[in-house]
Amino acid sequence: MASTTLPDVSTRRQKAGIAPLEYTRRLWLQLILAGSFVFLYFPIFALIAFSFNDSKRNITWQGFTFDYYVKAFTNSSLHEAALNTLIIASISTVVSTVLGAMIGLVLQRYRFPGKGGYDGLIHLPIVIPEVCLGVAMLAFFSAISMPLGIATVTISHIAFSFPFVAVVVRARMEGFDLALEEASRDLGASEWQTFWNVTFPYMVPGVVAGALLAMTLSLDDFVITFFTSGPGSTTFPVKIYSMVRFSVTPEVNAASTILIVLTLALTVAAMMIQSRSDKKTKKANG
Amino acid sequence: MVQTRKVKAFGPDVGTDRRKPIIEIRNVVKAFGAGVRAVDDVSLDIGEGEFFALLGPSGCGKTTLLRMLAGFEVPTSGDIMIAGERMEGVNPNRRPVNMVFQSYAVFPHMNVERNVGYGLRVTGVAEAEIKTRVAEALSLVKLGEFGKRMPNQLSGGQRQRVALARALVKHPKVLLLDEPLSALDAKLREAMQLELVRLQKTVGITFVIVTHDQDEALSMANRIAVMEKGKVRQVAPPADLYEFPNSRFVADFIGKMNLFEGRVSGVQNGNLQIDIKGLDRVAVPFTGSASGNIAIAIRPEKVKLGQTDPGGDNVRLRGRVTELAYYGNESHVYLENQTGMPISVNLKNATRTTLPSISIGDELWMSWAPTDTLVLTE
Amino acid sequence: MEDWRKNKLVFWILYLPPTAWLVLFFTIPLAIVWVYSFGERGPLGQTEIAISFANYIRSMEWTNLYIILKSIWIATVTTAICLLIGFPLAMGIAFASARYRNVLLLLVILPFWTNLLVRTYAWIAILRTNGHVNWFLEWVHGLLAGVFGLLGMPDVLGTFEPLQLLYNQKAVIIGLVYVNLPFVVLPLYATLEKLDKSFLEASLDLGAGQWRTLFSVTAPLAWPGIVTAAMLCFILSLGTYLTPDLLGGPDSVMIGNLIAQQFGPSRDWPFGSALSFLLMYVTFILLWIRAFAARGEKGKLH
Repeated sequence: MASTTLPDVSTRRQKAGIAPLEYTRRLWLQLILAGSFVFLYFPIFALIAFSFNDSKRNITWQGFTFDYYVKAFTNSSLHEAALNTLIIASISTVVSTVLGAMIGLVLQRYRFPGKGGYDGLIHLPIVIPEVCLGVAMLAFFSAISMPLGIATVTISHIAFSFPFVAVVVRARMEGFDLALEEASRDLGASEWQTFWNVTFPYMVPGVVAGALLAMTLSLDDFVITFFTSGPGSTTFPVKIYSMVRFSVTPEVNAASTILIVLTLALTVAAMMIQSRSDKKTKKANG
Repeated sequence: MVQTRKVKAFGPDVGTDRRKPIIEIRNVVKAFGAGVRAVDDVSLDIGEGEFFALLGPSGCGKTTLLRMLAGFEVPTSGDIMIAGERMEGVNPNRRPVNMVFQSYAVFPHMNVERNVGYGLRVTGVAEAEIKTRVAEALSLVKLGEFGKRMPNQLSGGQRQRVALARALVKHPKVLLLDEPLSALDAKLREAMQLELVRLQKTVGITFVIVTHDQDEALSMANRIAVMEKGKVRQVAPPADLYEFPNSRFVADFIGKMNLFEGRVSGVQNGNLQIDIKGLDRVAVPFTGSASGNIAIAIRPEKVKLGQTDPGGDNVRLRGRVTELAYYGNESHVYLENQTGMPISVNLKNATRTTLPSISIGDELWMSWAPTDTLVLTE
Repeated sequence: MEDWRKNKLVFWILYLPPTAWLVLFFTIPLAIVWVYSFGERGPLGQTEIAISFANYIRSMEWTNLYIILKSIWIATVTTAICLLIGFPLAMGIAFASARYRNVLLLLVILPFWTNLLVRTYAWIAILRTNGHVNWFLEWVHGLLAGVFGLLGMPDVLGTFEPLQLLYNQKAVIIGLVYVNLPFVVLPLYATLEKLDKSFLEASLDLGAGQWRTLFSVTAPLAWPGIVTAAMLCFILSLGTYLTPDLLGGPDSVMIGNLIAQQFGPSRDWPFGSALSFLLMYVTFILLWIRAFAARGEKGKLH
């Protein structure tokens, strides 16, 4: 055909076989992706790797060892911190989950006077800077002369955790078809029976996800705990902080690695529960 | 009418268009992943000034083919030429084609004028010229007053007109339309069909439309390519496609069709002799070559019903009425012959008094002219 | 949605306990700090209730204002860098084939589930004088010195002096970018993923190049996501305490550290309270702007 007249269109050519919107197949974007992931992961992997390094100071590899884990596990102040963390996290998780599920349900379901303002208020603990909440709790406990300890830390953790649970539960309940409850009532179930047999089973994945979120928040929190803990109520992150301030040693790396593994395991569990329930819901909806 | 049909029966239009081609598609393959061929070795010519339709069920590859013309998908192999130029490696923004998207893709953050002028502005056309061309394009699609409106203030039909104006203002050599009417309601769709035909006649450029709706394709296009599983099954003008489908798939996809499977038993006086279960031996005029298992087909509206044997060289069989459906302008009669083979017959309700005096359970004769019979080898 | 009066008992049972907790252990503590912010510091560091704006005025004194402005500056730079890295990253994930998309997304979220303190600490190990970066630089230096040695110029580079990478403003910005990047990528990804790709195709089809399409179509349509991402990153960076505390030096004290100082060694709670409320006001104003912008966008698109 008339292909002998070479057109000006040849000035800018598509790269072989890459469609215009297949950005991910372009080298420059792949480099950005690779670079970003190195940036995101190198620090964590380096930290984990050097918790096994058989050297106190040097950052060159000196050989593999479990020494620092043994040290971390036999360090009695770390033990105490770990125990405190677990006590605080368990109580905080249970209370936050119950309170969060209740208010999540209320906000999803009911119309009541002042709801708009309440909706904003419940989000405040999520959005205000941690340091502001930390000092406010500190001021509050000192105003009511409550000695800082495990109780004050737990109360503070619940205060900022349960709104998160409420958000998760509320989001879950957005997908709930109220006709299911009406059907249950129509078939003769009481309100109480309907809640436990119809509504609650639907809520469960949201409640579980919320609980795991509350648990990670409590396990991970440093700033607010820092302001509300007293002697004897140090948590694991606060303990790591004081070790970090003191010196950078593989023992800190080992303790940090334990914390990473713990939260990661919880998160993975949360995600698996969520995706499994998503799949179930999808299946149920055809 | 009957005469032309008879002539064509012995030499149906194979769908070549003698116009100068504007689009030449040569052995184009598009494979997604391993083994999945969305478009499988398609070759097509589309002529200058044609209104060409790509028709097929969803997933047949028609949209992928259109997107390859626009440059959004890259063919795995094969060549596409537009206006005599090879399109390999040419980005969409450098192609002499423009597209009307299924979702219209009217930019929500620009008013109608900015939308229509966008394609001119990005290619550095002077503002004064943009102004006149945008006004022209908007009046072409009857949206002259709507220039300052935002897309969310427009109805679906109006948004589509904006999409049309936006593409036409670029004076493309080919306008590509991806299921342009699928989002409109039935009434508006029919109006837009006429409108698109009028528009195409006005601007005189080639339109290539993708659709899964046979009525749309039949009523608008001057030529249609029917696609199935990535392959082009037939390319023909609408009437030929309807009267002379070349395969069971096309026959069944376009309109309703009674299909009878049978075997070729020989040729006599230029007529193909076919044995069909439940029917007598049928003799059908046929010019091609056929042997073994084939099918014959007859459109429901070409079958006559009667109380008595019509005789003559008509193809005929007896059956019992199983179902009746009244559609106002016509009635559909569903019958079964002795072997349980279903046949449907459409009767025109041409006058008010001729409501068919047929009831379920009646034994009737069905008959049709041998020249109306289609022989399908594929 | 049901009216609360339909079944008052159930409503109160569900409503009261969380609300009581919220009021008692959140609203009242904030109220106390608010009251303190108008108070005065007694001679022994105790807080005395008063009605005075002295603390707010003091925060506008140059030494304090300087810290506030620097915090805003650090947060701004962090946000800009996060957007620059985050936008292409989010584009890459949103336009990846469905098979890789979830994996890539998970890879972005995963570090976000690692303890903030631990992630910040990891950067100390990288940036300190005998950290990974300096170790790498020393290695390159040695390599180059060897090459110059072969060329007969052994002393041209001198001895290796490790760079001071830690305990300064740059380290704080790196640390903040690191911890906030997922917060930027997620909203950007959410918007880009929802974006109808035919808008981009229409732009290309009409003759615009990729860059023109990015600035004229993609960015304006992704604007709500960009605003959300920027606001989130800015708010989190502005209110940070831990990052400058661990990675910063005397030149990078931020407002969070200043607040903590008042409640710690300085024992000036009224002033700390005033600063704390200033920080919260800024946060609320930003959130309000964002909500307002989001509502405007919604009106435009529907």
